Amino acid sequence: MNPKYEAVIGLEVHAQLLTESKIFCSCSTKFGNEPNSNTCPVCLGHPGVLPVLNKKVVEFTVLMGLATNCKINQQSIFARKNYFYPDLPKGYQISQYEEPICEHGFIEVNPKNGSSKKIGITRIHMEEDAGKSIHDQSSATLVDVNRCGVPLMEIVSEPDIRTSEEAYLYLNNIKKIVQYLGICDGNMEEGSLRCDANISVRLKGENKFGVKTEIKNMNSFRNVERAIDYEINRQIDLIEEGEVIVQQTLLWDADANEAYPMRSKEEANDYRYFPDPDLLPVIVDDEWKTEISKSLPELPETKYKRFISDFSLPVYDAEILTQTKSLADYYESVISITDDYKTASNWVISEVLAVVNEKKIDISDFPITAVNLGKLINLIKVGTISGKIAKEVFALMLQDNSDPEQIVKDKNLVQISDTSEIESIIQKIIESNQAQVQEYLGGKEKVFGFFVGQVMKETRGKANPKLVNEILRKMLR
Amino acid sequence: MAVTKDEVEKIAKLAKLKFSDKELEDFTPQINEILGYMEKLNELDTEKVEPLSHPVEQKNVFREDKLKSSITTEEALKNAPSKDEHHFKVPKVIGDK
Repeated sequence: MNPKYEAVIGLEVHAQLLTESKIFCSCSTKFGNEPNSNTCPVCLGHPGVLPVLNKKVVEFTVLMGLATNCKINQQSIFARKNYFYPDLPKGYQISQYEEPICEHGFIEVNPKNGSSKKIGITRIHMEEDAGKSIHDQSSATLVDVNRCGVPLMEIVSEPDIRTSEEAYLYLNNIKKIVQYLGICDGNMEEGSLRCDANISVRLKGENKFGVKTEIKNMNSFRNVERAIDYEINRQIDLIEEGEVIVQQTLLWDADANEAYPMRSKEEANDYRYFPDPDLLPVIVDDEWKTEISKSLPELPETKYKRFISDFSLPVYDAEILTQTKSLADYYESVISITDDYKTASNWVISEVLAVVNEKKIDISDFPITAVNLGKLINLIKVGTISGKIAKEVFALMLQDNSDPEQIVKDKNLVQISDTSEIESIIQKIIESNQAQVQEYLGGKEKVFGFFVGQVMKETRGKANPKLVNEILRKMLR
Repeated sequence: MAVTKDEVEKIAKLAKLKFSDKELEDFTPQINEILGYMEKLNELDTEKVEPLSHPVEQKNVFREDKLKSSITTEEALKNAPSKDEHHFKVPKVIGDK
């Protein structure tokens, strides 16, 4: 990016809320059902029907507002956003325009090079999702109304973002927060979290905003970063060539790695919002707000900082362990058994996550319970088994979550730390390998490893490696 | 603040209505007449009046987040002028919202 310029970026994020039923009717929100099987006269937009608001949608959105430092408006109202499109049967989307439920919040991001920064949140509001149009037939467009009325929460940021990295971090924090709150699964690839970006560039030091474009259709975290970088550079190149930026909406094409303008309709953005007379104002008084705030868990940012300060974990470890609440919970359960925080972190990050990622499962489906992993780490800590044997025990535990203490007992894997026992084993090995002893004594240091190997072979890996080394050095003199 | 014929045409377009030139000529003064009538409300001093968001005084009418069985796909598609087994069929839409 040309250093003369800076980018001004604002993000609009849509999060599908994890309710059972739709926002204004009792139809299922379940994804993947037969087309048009989760519908009723309300979400089909039949005449004479009335929407009734799902209470949980309000609670979830307030929870998000509280988690992102927003002011929760005591009164908020719904509005109709009018446009015609086949996947919107009513001819309008019920959304919030004036008087949204949450306003004036912020999320903190921590860029790699630089200090932490607050990204303002303009507003968070509730709305309904539209249906799905299927364009792959040549003669007609097919419409599936199942998604119509699935509750969405839209989070609009201030134009405070300056780089694609900040955009990525902001979005990742939103993902973490909604997952911690349990209000959205945060899956961008499946569309339960969607992101549009408003982007403009200006010369550094300039106060006025440049002409902005909007990019849509970035359906992964990587694509958000790539699309933003692409658009920033495109705009700078145009300005450098003396051309003007045209305000327009662009669609990101991930395969081509470029954005192309969306076919604009003349009346685009003339939505003629007005208050929806079918829905009554929503009042969130202090009592209700307090009640909702009780279900606020420890948030990822707080947890991250606590993992560093209380468990002396490196930033890298804390970042990975707090990425999801379930992983952080798992780690905390492990260290409720063992106080070897760093070893526990190493095991969770390398061994546990390797299996979780390979099998593409959630940590909650990981076969080894946190308690048993904690016990295993304690077995290493007190010297009952070596780290090497621990990996073998871990592999056995993966099969049926058996108790590591039991495995060590049953398979007779207890580390041999009895000096005299090790001495007698070494004595035998020295006696039957005289040639190697002579080589070693003649100065061939490498042969030392041969003896260690022999001891381990003899003890099936159970000899305490530290003791073996010490005693061998002594006896091979 | 009179509405022009162009604006009436735009409103018609937004509502997906098509009028002849004669109709547009006729409707323009009619719409202005209605707006002029409503204009009377502006004579009132509303400085100290809270904006009304809903004429009914009730607030917070909610449903619990519970599923209720609804209609079948077949019923949902029953009134559709064009459909296949599972979908509504509409004239080909190209481009995006």
